Amino acid sequence: MQVKVFVTPRGGILDPQGKAVEHALKSLGFKGVAGVRIGKYIVLDIDAASADEARAAAQKMCEQLLANPIIEDFRFEVA
Amino acid sequence: MYALHDVMGQDAFFLWHKDESLRGADCVVLPGGFSYGDYLRCGAIARFSPIMKSVARFAGDGGFVVGICNGFQVLCEAHLLPGALRPNRTLSFICERVYVRVDNAATPFTCAARQGDLLKLPIKHGEGLYVAPEAELRQMEERGQVILRYVDADGVEAETANLNGSTRAIAGVANQRFNVFGLMPHPEHAVEPMLGGEDGLTLFRSILASVG
Repeated sequence: MQVKVFVTPRGGILDPQGKAVEHALKSLGFKGVAGVRIGKYIVLDIDAASADEARAAAQKMCEQLLANPIIEDFRFEVA
Repeated sequence: MYALHDVMGQDAFFLWHKDESLRGADCVVLPGGFSYGDYLRCGAIARFSPIMKSVARFAGDGGFVVGICNGFQVLCEAHLLPGALRPNRTLSFICERVYVRVDNAATPFTCAARQGDLLKLPIKHGEGLYVAPEAELRQMEERGQVILRYVDADGVEAETANLNGSTRAIAGVANQRFNVFGLMPHPEHAVEPMLGGEDGLTLFRSILASVG
């Protein structure tokens, strides 16, 4: 089963990368751009008997390794 | 290793990350570097090395643990220290000698210094911007867990003195029990004149005095 994980910087935590990209977009002439945040997209295959089982495994993977709860939020999709 | 073994003449030895024994060490030092290429997040993978189970147990029993640079990042990822380290505000790797102020000299890691002392130490990192939830930061300040802060040559906090943009100019912190200490600067690279300074010795002397 394929799992897609989206890890994004927590709101309120400074994201220098996001800010830099925001400034770059503005320099390119794009108007009204704000709140740029840069995260990670992780794809993996899980051997699971059911979607629920895959979801439970993905949840644990995110909590233990894939995201740091102090600075990141995560969500995932199970195909 | 050079600082502790060669300069300070201590019985210092390497521990392999896949081993589980700390071989009776009185203090465990997690060094700087780029464990696992800083992949995913700095220290995120190294924190699961087999040896870290023993380090966590050792810290839980009150043993002294010091994390320098990547070691600090590993300790934060392992939740042995609060907070996390983010990319520098400039988004560039910074290699500079900076001043840090000892904001708590009443710890096993700083007892050889006086409150407010300045130490000139090199920093060499791309991800040294310390962050922690605001409420936790307030508690840390109250408890004296902020051990070192980036300052200018006069000991004053200033944006120009905080090169990586760390929250509250934090350079080093300890846990609530004050037996685990993490810092981004490299004291081990300031232990003799040839290296550009000896201020790092103050931290190592403190540890020796506390362990002795």
